[in-house]
Amino acid sequence: MKAVTWQGAGKMRVDNVPDPIIINPRDSIIKITTTCICGSDLHMYDGYIPTVRRGDIMGHEFMGTVVETGAGVTNLRVGDRVVVPFNIACGNCYYCKNEMWSLCDNSNPNAAAAEEMYGFSPAGLFGYTHLFGGYAGGQAEYVRVPFSDVGCFKLSEAITDEQAVMLADIFPTGYMAAENGDIRPGHIVAIWGCGPVAQFAIRSAYMLGAERVIAIDRFEDRLQMARDGGAETLNYEAVDVLDALKEMTGGRGPDSVIDAVGMEAHGADLDFWYDRVAQATRMETGRPVALRQAIEACRKGGTVSIPGVYGGFVDKLPIGAAFNKGLTFKMGQTHVHHYIPILMERVERGEIDPAFVITHRVPLTKAPEMYKTFRDKKDGCIKVVLKPDAAA
Amino acid sequence: MYQPQTRASLQPTMSKINIGQPERVLSLVGGAALTGFALFRWSAASIPALAAGLLLVSRAMRGKSSLYRAMGRNTAVKTNPRRVSVPHQQGIHVARAITIDRPASDLYQFWRDPVNLPQVINFIESVQFTGSNRAHWTIKLPGGMKSEFDVEVYTDVPNEVISWRSLPESQIQNAGSIRFRPAPGNRGTEVHLTLEFIPPGGPLGKAAMKMFDDVPGQYISQYLREFKQIMETGEKATTEGQTSGREKEVQR
Repeated sequence: MKAVTWQGAGKMRVDNVPDPIIINPRDSIIKITTTCICGSDLHMYDGYIPTVRRGDIMGHEFMGTVVETGAGVTNLRVGDRVVVPFNIACGNCYYCKNEMWSLCDNSNPNAAAAEEMYGFSPAGLFGYTHLFGGYAGGQAEYVRVPFSDVGCFKLSEAITDEQAVMLADIFPTGYMAAENGDIRPGHIVAIWGCGPVAQFAIRSAYMLGAERVIAIDRFEDRLQMARDGGAETLNYEAVDVLDALKEMTGGRGPDSVIDAVGMEAHGADLDFWYDRVAQATRMETGRPVALRQAIEACRKGGTVSIPGVYGGFVDKLPIGAAFNKGLTFKMGQTHVHHYIPILMERVERGEIDPAFVITHRVPLTKAPEMYKTFRDKKDGCIKVVLKPDAAA
Repeated sequence: MYQPQTRASLQPTMSKINIGQPERVLSLVGGAALTGFALFRWSAASIPALAAGLLLVSRAMRGKSSLYRAMGRNTAVKTNPRRVSVPHQQGIHVARAITIDRPASDLYQFWRDPVNLPQVINFIESVQFTGSNRAHWTIKLPGGMKSEFDVEVYTDVPNEVISWRSLPESQIQNAGSIRFRPAPGNRGTEVHLTLEFIPPGGPLGKAAMKMFDDVPGQYISQYLREFKQIMETGEKATTEGQTSGREKEVQR
């Protein structure tokens, strides 16, 4: 089969690799019909995340049809149309049973390495480094889904492929970001970044009762998409974000702040260049430019929600501001298994069409060049959908 | 100042005696002879001989040796090598714990069935029961070598604890126990696994083991993790045998 493989920083390649096979009784094999490039894939593309190996198959946002099931899978049939969460979870452990699926105890075969790094191991992930299990990903024609009896969600006719694939990661991630912001009626929410996750966070914040949402970025096409979702926008290259937010919120500051940027943030201030150097010299693994500003901007007693990905250490986190303003922090990988049924219902009821975020549709074979376009934010690129069965 | 004579305060005083009775008698006789010899046949060697003699007498009377303490040696506490497979404070000792969301009875039954152990502990090739509380273990050693030994299960409290130790003629002296106790908040069962063994290869083997002293712990953690995976999910999480784009697999 064809698959997108990592060949080093800045190098993705479409290779012919062996088809996946059933290894464990609860596995299934899915023929992928639609898959995506995620903003978090860019962290590996740019070489900022260790434990990626040459030849690893990328991709953790995909959907398709079941073509084979393991002996232990009784609730799926060949031909079922399904979407698969980006995290792999067993459904049996304490964390899965308590809806904290991304913290599954049992799905990371390299848990020992993750324990060295984090103290305890989170769930395994598709196509996202060996620290998270080294599972082959879904930017391919086929994929092996472990624990498929709890990791495949059947789709109704009412949901299109392009809508469904947004349920694998970014819609749930944006929604959990808004939920983590502890939004109450009358609240003003500020969101750093206007990438795909932020676009869903904007719309989710309104679903959860936000009064106003303010979105911050520097790319006009992304800011426009945010405005289409009902947000007011700030271009951080044109205005002083902290002053503007204070003024827009009557001097109080936003009630919830959401860092939908993560470890490769850009900024207009001096600290951005400090972080660029520190990250390039491996003094820190993330540039928390957006996070620092979000902490500073947040009102007293407000909530900081972090859906943006961080992998290791960051420098100069303003913990004093966070402490003395009594902030609450909520963060983490998305508990996708928990959110898919909730959000699938909203899509089926027509409350939202999650395909709005897609700007590029290309055959899988075009993936390497699309990584570059997406990374460089060229050509108005916000969300790339890859079609394995389309002719190149 | 009044100090209550509790068990705890008595303990350290008693434990300072680290020379056994036979050795104390020998020390006294040798020390007295050396002292007498030095005093009655005065020569250049008399001063060191006198010092050594008096030291021996003193350690015999007090039963304490600071040298032994520094060496961690103790001849006062009896260890019976026929009953203890790994003597106190010798060998490698590893203890790890994990919480498994299953009742203790399920975990105990899995562990009590010798067929199951090689699934969890990959250095065990086979375990065969040879009596009500005896088992014959075959284990895999690095470099394709094998070792076999007999083990007696000396504690077996259903759903609580299983303890075992190797029999005296074993090549690798080892002992271990697995304990089960309920985890708070309905979170299943805490499993505590302890293993101790004398590494093969004598002092050299022990020194080699010390260099990699977190390795046994990492193995034990992995066994517990896989035990948990099997008990909670019915399978071991793995990527072994999955496809990839690494050189040997790519078809051009």
